[in-house]
Amino acid sequence: MLYHDVLIVGGGLAGLRAAVGLCDKYNVGLFSKVHPIRSHSIAAQGGINAALANNPEAKDDTWEKHTFDTVKGSDYLADQDAAEIMCKEASIIVYEMEHWGCPFSRFPDNSIAQRPFGGAGYPRTCYSTDITGHVLLNTLFERSVYKGVNIYSEYIVLALVVGDGKCHGVIVLDQLNGRIIPVLAKATLFATGGYGRVYYYSTNALTNTGSGIGIPYRAGIPIKDMEFVQFHPTSLIGTNILMTEGCRGEGGYLVNNKGERFMERYVPKAMELAPRDIVSRSIQTEIEEGRGFESELGNYIQLDLRHLGEKKIMEKLPGIRSICLDFIGIDPILEPIPIMPAQHYSMGGIDTDEKAETIVKGFYAAGECACVSVHGANRLGGNSLLDTIVFGKLGAIAIEEYLQTNEIKLDEKLVMGRKTEVEETIKKLTHSGHEKPFKILEELRGTMSQYVGIFRTKEELQLAFNKILELKEKYKHVKVSSPKPHMNYELIGAIELEYMLDICHIIVLGALLREESRGAHWRRDFPERKDADWLKHTVATLGKDGEPSISYKDVVITRYTPMERKY
Amino acid sequence: MRSDSYTFKILRYDSTEHDREPYFTSYRVRVIPGLTILMVLLRIRDEIDGTLAFRSSCRSAVCGSCAMVINGKIDLACRTQAASFGTDTIILEPLPNLQIIKDLVVDMTPFWKMYEKIKPYLIRRNQNPEKEIPQTEEERKRIDQYVNCILCASCYGACPVPSKDPDYIGPAAFAKLERFVLDSRDERPKRSLEAVNDDKGVWGCDMVLRCIDACPKDVRPTDSIVGLRKQLLKYKSKKIFSMGKDED
Repeated sequence: MLYHDVLIVGGGLAGLRAAVGLCDKYNVGLFSKVHPIRSHSIAAQGGINAALANNPEAKDDTWEKHTFDTVKGSDYLADQDAAEIMCKEASIIVYEMEHWGCPFSRFPDNSIAQRPFGGAGYPRTCYSTDITGHVLLNTLFERSVYKGVNIYSEYIVLALVVGDGKCHGVIVLDQLNGRIIPVLAKATLFATGGYGRVYYYSTNALTNTGSGIGIPYRAGIPIKDMEFVQFHPTSLIGTNILMTEGCRGEGGYLVNNKGERFMERYVPKAMELAPRDIVSRSIQTEIEEGRGFESELGNYIQLDLRHLGEKKIMEKLPGIRSICLDFIGIDPILEPIPIMPAQHYSMGGIDTDEKAETIVKGFYAAGECACVSVHGANRLGGNSLLDTIVFGKLGAIAIEEYLQTNEIKLDEKLVMGRKTEVEETIKKLTHSGHEKPFKILEELRGTMSQYVGIFRTKEELQLAFNKILELKEKYKHVKVSSPKPHMNYELIGAIELEYMLDICHIIVLGALLREESRGAHWRRDFPERKDADWLKHTVATLGKDGEPSISYKDVVITRYTPMERKY
Repeated sequence: MRSDSYTFKILRYDSTEHDREPYFTSYRVRVIPGLTILMVLLRIRDEIDGTLAFRSSCRSAVCGSCAMVINGKIDLACRTQAASFGTDTIILEPLPNLQIIKDLVVDMTPFWKMYEKIKPYLIRRNQNPEKEIPQTEEERKRIDQYVNCILCASCYGACPVPSKDPDYIGPAAFAKLERFVLDSRDERPKRSLEAVNDDKGVWGCDMVLRCIDACPKDVRPTDSIVGLRKQLLKYKSKKIFSMGKDED
């Protein structure tokens, strides 16, 4: 058995920031299923929002204005007190990251450069060309090396141990050595990212299965607002690799098969820089109404950067150019990029407050796996990198407070008991059954993309719901090829699949029940936002019957009265 | 869509089965234009052989998980198209210079050890983050190519030196060191470069430039080695000069 004062699960931005904040004072162990530098934070491109007011056109920008944009972008589902905290912290953490070495792009006055992004009243997205996630993750990993954070790479958490309303630790699989290890800890923070891979069309890394949301759900922790799934407007067709919002922030156009900049029809003022939910719906409508382009890889819309010129593309979007060259053989300097919307981000997640706390003492969550909620029904571009670092930091502060003010007794027996259960589960997966895990996953992902996408209806959601129940039945007969836990990726996939089924179940149930349209959740059969009935968070908890039970929770409103969302 | 049947010969090895030498297993997979090596590997693991081990994550050439030897050339599996070799037989092997854990998965410990050794972080005498440290765009661009490094270890696998000298620091770590030495904000003392001033360090490089060829992100580690050598020579001559003055 391993022991740590604090156990961090996940080596992306949120997890590393939390670890760096705690490791001087406490015995911290950071467990990550991939080496931290391989985490999905690395793939973020466009930037991180902070009202630094560096842009000559944004000298009067303030954190309050950033908060307003965030709340309005969220379609008023964000908790306004939490959004305020995040936007206030933004400048502090951007300066901190810069001091820790982050190589931000610069303005002529040598300050950090800021570009316009969707749904923002000011150009406040700080960036490093189009590899902002890469530079931030490298900087935080470098900081963790400097601080000597104790990192367990390729250790996969399989279960969370909760008893008496308190978290006692986790059960992990040490992939390299094939050992199942109980880890005892006074405080545990999950920073495990999103669940994009439950969708067939997703910009997310293959590792983003969402098991870090499913594990706490199985341990009785509430999960919030899961029906709000962000579809990024611009992913490369075929691979669905992200084409940053920065493409449009730098002036890129969206063009249909008639050569029209069709956003004029939907949002004439903001055009391509409307928030993501609106742009994705506009693109989807163009495609559905026959104004897209056809190809073997699917119907698409063009993202045209050509008018920006070679110099600007090479300076501001070099990563986009190299992805286009590598993955579709197109040079955006010379040709438009074929794009389609794809699942990108989970607004929902583990139900936390603004201190990253959950209802279980000693269990915390931060970053994409958590739902504070600062993004509500639709996240603004540039706010997710911000969310990860801010709540990683605040989570660390909350954990320190908890450790200092509480006498924490851990239940070793409970943890050992859970280990035995996990071993039983694995034995079952490797010894009986006949279903191949990938087949269930393929059906699940197809169902989610087909029926739980940008536009939703009761009939389609019901179809998806039935399908998920059917797949849950099938899952009971899953079998993996080898019983050896050493470097057994198929086994890990099979374990994660159960959590993915749970997550989809919650997403679809929440979407079925929410009979309104808000942010990224658009019901064709209920196309209006209905504040009187639905200005509330959806909370899913594991019921006694093993099914999710849904309740609702008020939205915190401080100074921004909900109004119609116009851009 | 057109599809052809390809043979993938993949090196198999399990470090927990000591008595079994590495061997190759062949798999037949239908390849359509645009299909990447990583997609082939995923399909093999899903549909044909659940025991096949390889690392992957972003599938978009930014996370650095899937560097391997593909028909004799080191590259990321995710950005390499199966149909790009002009042959329907493709051989996949793990990165050289690192111990195999299982199949295409290697033990990256020596690589990370060298990375940590060069102090891969910004060193400042004063930490006072009330505002950003000013930097010109030109100064930032100076470190651009090194910032682009994704730590995939392609260069480390391609380098001929680590097999002769396992203590050699290696191209990626030098590139990382130069990234900080060239950063206008970094204040590491010049003498700290002494740590790479020997045959385990920058003088161990044979200048065969294989690291440049292997890098999937157009980083040129050799530039960093040349840059660090120049810095060291400059520092040495300054030291001699000032010592001379001391004697006066």
